[in-house]
Amino acid sequence: MDITAESVVFLILSALTLGSGLLVVTSRNLFHAALYLMLSLFGVAGLFALLTAPFLAFVQVTVYIGAIAILIIFAIMLTPQVTRTNARNTQWVGAVVVAVVFFAVMVSVLTPLMDDLGADDWSADFSEEDPDDVPGTSLADLGEQLVDPDYYMLPFEVASVLLMAALIGAALMVSPAIADDPETETGDDESGG
Amino acid sequence: MFGPSESSVVVQCASSGACTVLHAIFTSGFVFFVLLTGFAYTTLLERRFLAALQSRVGPNRAGPFGMFQPVADGIKLIFKEDVTPSLAKKAVFWLSPVIKVVPAIIVVAVIPFGPDVAIPWFDGKWYRVSQSVVDVNIGVLWLLAITSVGIYGIVLAGWSSNNKYAMLGGLRSSAQMISYELSMGLVFVVPVMLASSMSVGEIIEAQNKTPVLGWFVFQNPLAATILLVALLAEVNRAPFDMPEAEQELTAGYHSEYSGMKFALFFMAEYIGMVAVSMISVALYFGGYHFLWVDQAPLLGPVFYGAKVFILLLVMVWVRGTLPRIRYDRLMLLGWKVMLPLALVAVVWSAVGVVLLDEIGQDFYAGMSVAGIVLFVLGSFIWLSRAGRKPDISGTEPRVEVVSLSGNSGLATTTLRAVDRVIRAPAEVAERIAARETPGED
Repeated sequence: MDITAESVVFLILSALTLGSGLLVVTSRNLFHAALYLMLSLFGVAGLFALLTAPFLAFVQVTVYIGAIAILIIFAIMLTPQVTRTNARNTQWVGAVVVAVVFFAVMVSVLTPLMDDLGADDWSADFSEEDPDDVPGTSLADLGEQLVDPDYYMLPFEVASVLLMAALIGAALMVSPAIADDPETETGDDESGG
Repeated sequence: MFGPSESSVVVQCASSGACTVLHAIFTSGFVFFVLLTGFAYTTLLERRFLAALQSRVGPNRAGPFGMFQPVADGIKLIFKEDVTPSLAKKAVFWLSPVIKVVPAIIVVAVIPFGPDVAIPWFDGKWYRVSQSVVDVNIGVLWLLAITSVGIYGIVLAGWSSNNKYAMLGGLRSSAQMISYELSMGLVFVVPVMLASSMSVGEIIEAQNKTPVLGWFVFQNPLAATILLVALLAEVNRAPFDMPEAEQELTAGYHSEYSGMKFALFFMAEYIGMVAVSMISVALYFGGYHFLWVDQAPLLGPVFYGAKVFILLLVMVWVRGTLPRIRYDRLMLLGWKVMLPLALVAVVWSAVGVVLLDEIGQDFYAGMSVAGIVLFVLGSFIWLSRAGRKPDISGTEPRVEVVSLSGNSGLATTTLRAVDRVIRAPAEVAERIAARETPGED
């Protein structure tokens, strides 16, 4: 394999993503784990940029690093056990099994491996010669496909319903009139903050 | 006029590898230089202008008008002792000022400072180069992504200092920035819709279809106002400087920082001011377009600089005028006022784009003007009828926007004039309201 500048950058970004991903699950300090998670997500954004998908790269930074990881850090900082360093996960065996299975499914779908093993209709048939299979090449295409019934309309609407349900649930949980026992309904200004 | 003649060869810079590299190096260096100089002199501008607003003199000893004061401050900070608390998380403690500064600098990479210019080179050809570091086709998304990374600098600084005050400062800032980022992201959508492009260069060009009146601030003043307020919150400037509220948190997230590491936070704040002014100018105030820029592209950076300077003055002015908002009020403003208003602004522009397609330019311009008048009158009526004082009173007309002592310097006269201009529409509306009220009773 030729060593080009691209492959060097790819190796560095992969090492960053995988290494910090490993540290996320092995780190005993919750806060450190969150920081490694951010680093890992950053590596993924770099990989997107390397694949000339700047839109996905920037969305990765905006959504995952700028919003989700910061919310995780926010939650950890509000937890009293921030500095507890002996956190143990008793479910790590199950987690390893799920991770391995997920990896196997991804590999079998994205590479022609399963075709070689004789299973039809399993691999997504992406190949270097025919990159047009990948939908959503430009931003405008992506936007149109998002509301096109032939493409992603259903998942888009399902995600909207899910978010809506989460919003209503959050509003219900913090609403003092409903959260309190109906008989002991008291003034609702005290619990607000 | 200076430019390539009929016979000369003009090459697009992007098609030549050497030109691309040279252009990237030169523009990066230029942006870096402009931002660092901008940082130094924004501190001086803030101190002098704030002093003028408070009837003080301000630093005027080092050099003419205190021009060398930033240099003196820089030398002082370099030689100060750099203390690291013994129980701080060292690696994060050292990294967080860097994480704060770098996004503030690189965020302006996608903003062009002028139209493309043709430059002669030694091989006899002319090269057409853009006046931005890089003009990516999703520049607006870049602005959003990079500004959101800056939060980490503050959060990590607060956490790694091992100090309760610093940690509270970091917590507050993360909550504040997440809240205001929503409104900011929504009003970033407005120029994207109007220009039907996410490239900052194309957004600026789209605002030049009609000189000056084509600026998006005239299409959607509500969105421009929300953007300015949200960006103030994003760079933690007064009245949104909760993360470092001195009375409550000593110095907030940078309590434990000293020497050059403190200077980096200081630098990030002022570079952030310059950067967000540049973003607002690019998205809503026509970018580099004004007067003769179309004929002389090299005038672009000059007008751009002038517009950024005016916005910086406004930011300092806001700090000199408004008191800090209480923290719960700040969250209330972000979620219950700014976010719904931002949604209204997006709908406003979406309807505007459809109307423009359906009924043509002239009628649409008339509708736009009517909408703006409605916006100004509506906010005036809302502000004057509200039972309590509003949380931000930047547009409240009854307040004398500038109150100064009786001296008659240049600054005083200018501020008085600006004050008159700002209050004029409100006074007219007030007179109309006063004439109508007796009839209703």
